[in-house]
Amino acid sequence: MATAQTKTLSRIMMAPAVLLLLLWMIVPLVMTIWFSFQNYSLINPMMTGFAGWANYVYVIGDPSFTQSLINTLILVVGVLLITVIGGTFLALLLDQPIWGQGILRIIVISPFFVMPPVAALIWKNGFMHPGYGMLAHLWEFFGLQPVDWFNQYPLFSVIVIVAWQWLPFATLILLTALQSLSEEQREAAEMDGANAINRFYFIIMPHMARSITIVILIQTIFLLGIFAEIRVTTGGGPGYASTNIAFLVFRTGILSNDIGAGSAGGVVAVIIANIVAIFLMRAVGKNLDA
Amino acid sequence: MARTASIPTRIGFTALAWAIALLLFAPILWTILTAFKTEAEAIASSPTFLPQNFTLENFAAVQDRSDYFKHAFNSIVVSVGSTLLGLVIGVPAAWAMAFAPTKRTKDVLMWMLSTKMMPAVGVLIPIYLLFRDLRLLDTLHGLTIIMTLINLPIIIWMLYTYFKEIPVDILEAARMDGAELWNEIVHVLVPMAVPGIASTLLLNVILAWNEAFWTITLTSGRAGTLTAFISSFSSPQGLFLAKLSAASLLAIAPILLMGWFSQKQLVRGLTFGAVK
Repeated sequence: MATAQTKTLSRIMMAPAVLLLLLWMIVPLVMTIWFSFQNYSLINPMMTGFAGWANYVYVIGDPSFTQSLINTLILVVGVLLITVIGGTFLALLLDQPIWGQGILRIIVISPFFVMPPVAALIWKNGFMHPGYGMLAHLWEFFGLQPVDWFNQYPLFSVIVIVAWQWLPFATLILLTALQSLSEEQREAAEMDGANAINRFYFIIMPHMARSITIVILIQTIFLLGIFAEIRVTTGGGPGYASTNIAFLVFRTGILSNDIGAGSAGGVVAVIIANIVAIFLMRAVGKNLDA
Repeated sequence: MARTASIPTRIGFTALAWAIALLLFAPILWTILTAFKTEAEAIASSPTFLPQNFTLENFAAVQDRSDYFKHAFNSIVVSVGSTLLGLVIGVPAAWAMAFAPTKRTKDVLMWMLSTKMMPAVGVLIPIYLLFRDLRLLDTLHGLTIIMTLINLPIIIWMLYTYFKEIPVDILEAARMDGAELWNEIVHVLVPMAVPGIASTLLLNVILAWNEAFWTITLTSGRAGTLTAFISSFSSPQGLFLAKLSAASLLAIAPILLMGWFSQKQLVRGLTFGAVK
């Protein structure tokens, strides 16, 4: 099959994609690294020249950096915990013999199709608003003081919104995996007297491990870059209480026009993502037969 | 767990599943209902479930205040444009990798996926400055280029997993039977490749439609898509609750409908065929 001719042809067919992605990866990254060693502010044109490690010292020494790093971690891990555990539970439930399973799947997956800014605004104004949000009405109904979610628990509120968007994804993937589990295997285990807990541990969990890996991989890619949800709800605040790395770089580089420091933050974000990526790609490489 | 559940068990599971599903759906349902209420009713201290005075004025107000149709048009241009461009670049590449694989094909695929791992903020500043200097800020073609680049790895991966399932034997059999190259393409290859290409197209339109990071940072009034349009309402001076709900409903409705109709194919696409 792979004659010299087909080899050449396939190289030509792949060339545009490979070249574009190579450019997309290298050009901005080299520029980010270059800027991160420069004094470069869009507001103050007097700031020029080589900065050495000053931008990195400034960014990493900034308490808001440490906080946004911790926030990023809490955000990713928090959402992963909720969606993977909740998704497993929901998938198991939807896999039961129930009426209207087809419609239920459609209803459950819906939040996944809601664009992030809309998801954030629905929760901010319709649900979590201390004045006329649904939750405020509910709290008042039980005689409680309404909660000002985004001021009192900013990071938690963002986690709730993001988890709401990703729970359907986890559920759908895990449900699909569950439904591919052979009926005979379950029945055999049941015949052998395995109870529900045993069946879950020894049959269902091993079968689901691969899909859970996939869910974690794909969600982590997106969760490291959570942006719109923060932008339209808390704006990263109060203070830096709900700022993650993505939002910090945006704030420093674009809003404050400090290109040098923003770029240094961007380089740090790339390094973090790469550390995560190495682990994830290994896991996915084992799981996917290319 | 038993497949032959007794009726009471079945009723129990059904009730629980529906309760949780409706709870998850509540924010969307509430938005749909609020969109048809008057402003006064939307923020009344004793909330109503169904709109008491059903009104369409919120939708008219959204269009009047900030031109919904222009933003919707931008969203369509960018999401469809970037998907088609991605297919033009991605189909040949995925085809070559699926039918003429070399030792390095797997590495190339993994490398392509790894470009998705690059956080957008890591490259935001240079892209922003490049766009500023090339006068691409706030333009539809600039945004389409970015959208094509960020979704290209997904397009190639999806197509690859679909193409991989087309048996090579069929091509050879067709050739044996004396089919001309053109006939081979039209009658054998295209019918087998089209479903995969269609699913890829669908998922990428959805992803591009909902993409928010680049649309917010690279556009403002002129080339703003619906994600940028909705994000501009984050300030308290923005729309009121009923109008905001109407705007939200208009922004999510097309994709929600598309998603509902295609959710079966989506699992494959979302996991690159790794979960079946």
